[in-house]
Amino acid sequence: MSATTFAGSPGAVKNEDVARALGRRRHRVNLIVKILCVTATVIGLALLASILFTLLWRGLGGFSLTVFTTMTKAPGSGGGLLNAIVGTLIQTAIGTAVGTPIGLMVGTYLAEYSRGSTISNVVRFVSDVLLSAPSILIGLFIYQLMVEPLGGFSGIAGSLALAVIVIPIVVRTTEDMLRLIPVSLREAAIGLGAPKWKVITLICYRAAKDGIVTGVLLAVARIAGETAPLLFTSLGNSSAIGGLGTPMASLPVTIYQYAGSAFDDWVQLAWVAALLITVGVLAINIVARFALRGGK
Amino acid sequence: MSTTMSEQQGKPSASFGGMQARSAQTINEPRIAIQNLDFFYGANKALKQIKLDLPERQVTGMIGPSGCGKSTLLRVLNRMYDLYPGQHATGEAMMDGMNIISPSVDLNELRARIGMVFQKPTPFPMTVYDNIAFGVKLHEKLSRAAMDERVEWSLTRAALWGEVKDRLQSSAMGLSGGQQQRLCIARTIAVRPEVILFDEPTSALDPISTLKVEELIDELKHDFTIAIVTHNMQQAARCADQVAFFYLGEMVEVAPAAQLFTAPKERRTQEYITGRFG
Repeated sequence: MSATTFAGSPGAVKNEDVARALGRRRHRVNLIVKILCVTATVIGLALLASILFTLLWRGLGGFSLTVFTTMTKAPGSGGGLLNAIVGTLIQTAIGTAVGTPIGLMVGTYLAEYSRGSTISNVVRFVSDVLLSAPSILIGLFIYQLMVEPLGGFSGIAGSLALAVIVIPIVVRTTEDMLRLIPVSLREAAIGLGAPKWKVITLICYRAAKDGIVTGVLLAVARIAGETAPLLFTSLGNSSAIGGLGTPMASLPVTIYQYAGSAFDDWVQLAWVAALLITVGVLAINIVARFALRGGK
Repeated sequence: MSTTMSEQQGKPSASFGGMQARSAQTINEPRIAIQNLDFFYGANKALKQIKLDLPERQVTGMIGPSGCGKSTLLRVLNRMYDLYPGQHATGEAMMDGMNIISPSVDLNELRARIGMVFQKPTPFPMTVYDNIAFGVKLHEKLSRAAMDERVEWSLTRAALWGEVKDRLQSSAMGLSGGQQQRLCIARTIAVRPEVILFDEPTSALDPISTLKVEELIDELKHDFTIAIVTHNMQQAARCADQVAFFYLGEMVEVAPAAQLFTAPKERRTQEYITGRFG
């Protein structure tokens, strides 16, 4: 390829040596960036792998039937994690059951009924701020609202604190998923004579179902491991499962109590609890993924 | 092809520039009579003093270059613009003594009487059966047997029954593009409207599906009043009994199809159909 000129075009004649040098530099830069990206990926994956590995290594050793059948007890008495497991299950379930419908309705309102209006912008902003609020603040808020006036820590207070964490997550994912539905689908339903609420419940929810369910699962995974809000609301219960009106144990709070203690069996139980939370959340995600795929 | 159709129907056909146009012997009484219709997108007047009659059980074609307002007019007829604040219409579109534009009209009932098929096939995320039943359930309470019958009837009239009768309970999203559009047509006629509006129904389809839909429209006009917006002049010539030409928000001319394509009265119509612009 010899030096060529475009008749009439401004600038110097194309020099092929310069072109080749630039090309080599382009390739070098490309290679460097690729190496950096791969390195970053490896570091990220290595961290994740090491966390999982440590959990498995430290936690599996303590697995036994007693963990699932005995309450937490004083160190050295051969306690288990029954009350903590049940407490986490109950509080997570109630938190999700209370927070999801509220989040769903707010998300629907933002996506379907008030696009662009001032009030919807305000609601969205507040929801986003709440999404990233430190969860300890939410715990303190429920403490002021429920624990102090009622004079005691309770499982229901813990559940409500978790519900408050669930709401903005579900609002965000519901709104995003509903906005993704093409206008043409809505118009087709309206064109048949469907009132707006039927378009939303029968068509939009069905079309956005997968995304909304994923959002709810994300929320469940988040609250299953929350500790700070529970410290101020359900406190933890070292002798019994407790009820909604009394202090209730939970896995994260138990980890908090046990992990830093001086007793070996307690520390071992803390590792088991950490592993249980991780495996539980992983199981929810995998089961949901398969359930959704099967429904298609 | 259209020569054969008009031969079968015993109607004389006219041709212009290679397009065969059917000629309706008469234009029927109007099902919908549009008068003095203005339409606004915000402050922008998109339709200017439209006067057009949609004759009973015949096909009215609407042609014109992009942005001329033909789809807008269609969407006025089933009040689709109500969804969007800032869009409004003034004037009259009279059907059975009732003005479609007036705010006192029951929109759900209106849309049960005036159905629409859109450009892009939009099957609902449900089974084929549920897609058809959806519209019917909005307005009628049918027993299971009656609903089965209605579903079969609509799919048969949409020329889709043979292809889906063994897979009524499978998802509608698995159908091909042409099948999905015929499903949308079946869904619209299941409600038994009086008028069907087609907004460029075949522009997203392959030629074979297009042919099937055009044959369908020819069949459907025996029972329904039809208005079809199309970019394809040949399609208007093939399918329509009367054709209206729109330009920049005005209806320039309306005439029986053969007449519009062979001897248009307006210069702009002549220029459009000879391809001078558009």
